[in-house]
Amino acid sequence: MAVFKGKGVYGAVAVGKALIFKRQAAQVRRVSVQDTEHELERVNSAKELAVQQLEQIHEKALKEVGETNAEIFEIHIMMLDDEDYNESIKSIIETQKVNAEYAVAVTSDNFAEMFSSMDDAYMQARSADVKDISNRLIACLTDSGDNTSVSDDKMIVCADDLAPSETVSLDKDKVLAFVTAFGSSNSHTAILARNMNIPAVIGVGQEFLDALEDGCLVGVDGHTGEVFVSPDEQTVRQLEQKQAEDIRKKQLLQELKGKENVTLDGTKINIFANIGSVGGIGAVLANDAGGIGLFRSEFLYLESEDYPTEEQQFQAYKKVLESMSGKKVVIRTLDIGADKQIDYFRLDKEDNPALGFRAIRICLTRPELFRTQLRALYRASAFGELGIMFPMITSVSEVQKCLDMCEQVRNELSAEGIRFNESTELGIMIETPAAAVISDKLAPMVDFFSVGTNDLTQYTLACDRQNAKLEPFVDTHHEAVLRLIEMSAKNAHANNAWIGICGELAADLSLTEEFLKMGIDELSVSPPFVLPLREKVRSISLK
Amino acid sequence: MKEFSYTIKDAIGIHARPAGNLVKLIKGYSSTVTIEKEGKPPINATALMKLMGLGVKCGETVKFTVEGEDEDAAVKGIKEFMNANL
Repeated sequence: MAVFKGKGVYGAVAVGKALIFKRQAAQVRRVSVQDTEHELERVNSAKELAVQQLEQIHEKALKEVGETNAEIFEIHIMMLDDEDYNESIKSIIETQKVNAEYAVAVTSDNFAEMFSSMDDAYMQARSADVKDISNRLIACLTDSGDNTSVSDDKMIVCADDLAPSETVSLDKDKVLAFVTAFGSSNSHTAILARNMNIPAVIGVGQEFLDALEDGCLVGVDGHTGEVFVSPDEQTVRQLEQKQAEDIRKKQLLQELKGKENVTLDGTKINIFANIGSVGGIGAVLANDAGGIGLFRSEFLYLESEDYPTEEQQFQAYKKVLESMSGKKVVIRTLDIGADKQIDYFRLDKEDNPALGFRAIRICLTRPELFRTQLRALYRASAFGELGIMFPMITSVSEVQKCLDMCEQVRNELSAEGIRFNESTELGIMIETPAAAVISDKLAPMVDFFSVGTNDLTQYTLACDRQNAKLEPFVDTHHEAVLRLIEMSAKNAHANNAWIGICGELAADLSLTEEFLKMGIDELSVSPPFVLPLREKVRSISLK
Repeated sequence: MKEFSYTIKDAIGIHARPAGNLVKLIKGYSSTVTIEKEGKPPINATALMKLMGLGVKCGETVKFTVEGEDEDAAVKGIKEFMNANL
């Protein structure tokens, strides 16, 4: 067995026989010609044929991948008709007195080169589109016709790279998965694979093709990006298990999508999702979460080499809010510390980082940092339904300082005439025993609580999360933790605040009923848990 | 002759799909339209590959020059298209 790793562009699993995609890479030779007029005519009729083919592909794509994704083939037709492109072919034929195939190949290289030299990944990927239309044109000139006979068995199509038209031309019912040695996740092929719901892994490298034989068994895991050539029995079993799980989840999705999170006796709860980057939004929407209960803003700082500017942060938050189109998005302000180091913060090494200089403690010590983030958040608040959440709260005075800072930022923005949502909700994490114990004092100050059960458990039980030796001593259902949550819920409701849970316990289905009884208003879990949780909620009766 | 500038708001800029649709729109007018990105020579707005090749990104400004009988209608149509798509 050999394992290769690429980028999964559609998360699903397949096991099957390999079909090595052979392209009649029409060998283009440079041939001198006398009758350039004839070559120009050949180009014209080849173009007509190519356009016809593309129109057919466009129609097939319309049915299979939808209008937006099919549009690329319309663009291909327009590219074939592009003046500069045609002018280039014509002038090469006329000035160099060469055959049409050669003129197209050279033109293709030049235009593809122009795109691939651009400093923009999206545009670089467009060079594949130029090559795709040019190869089609050359195929039409040489009359090699369409190729790729897929056998009757369902196959895993393996190729160096697949052009969009090649992807769509394949008979969808006979393709189990795509694996390509090269290509980018921005390519239209990747986009099409996602829309055709076919597992696909791209960019696994040339070694993969070298290890491959036609018809050999291949396992594809679109979740992890792993590709197994001649997988052993155990691996096949694991992949099949994953596949069964995917199918179960898909069915669940079909059945539960759009349904309410309501118990048999009518108690409703919000089920939101936790994410850590803008890229996670797709999963949030695909799993039908009602909102985002915890958006960790750390990625902005981790991905950057210096403090992200207000503008950079604003753009990221705005994008999240816009993508969620009016659904609630709770963004947690910076939560780093000595365990999540960022070089440019220059934090001192600490012996006990969990109890150290982290999260809100850093923000209150370095108000300029905090202010930048709050300004960006408030500016973004105009584009959706934002909640701002402060982590690691232990006292009334910390909350007061946060609220004061928010007020200052709102005043600044008003003075500058910048739009923001006045009713942006403010809340705090309940993740220290201190916050839970004084939740009666904290609740009147805020709009919501969100319980971070991971930290709350480690602080309550005095068990370091990172220390594996302590595992036998960590009872995640410890009554002390549950009592603290219940106490916080009571105090929240007594003060018209809502309370959610965003830690791992939120996804623990054996506690769902208890949380519902406590009156928890929202559970926020990682996207794949949204639907199983909905299923659970819908099976519970509180009476 | 009419001129106007537009600053791109779309996150990925003038990419393949909107470029194609913009070309389609402009071909529907009889006016000659050029697009100019700062620091580069103006191009004919119906030249799809050149337009994609300009690599106009979010936040960048392009200048349109429109000349011909239906220039008023063309300017209006292009502005509407840009506002809605880019």
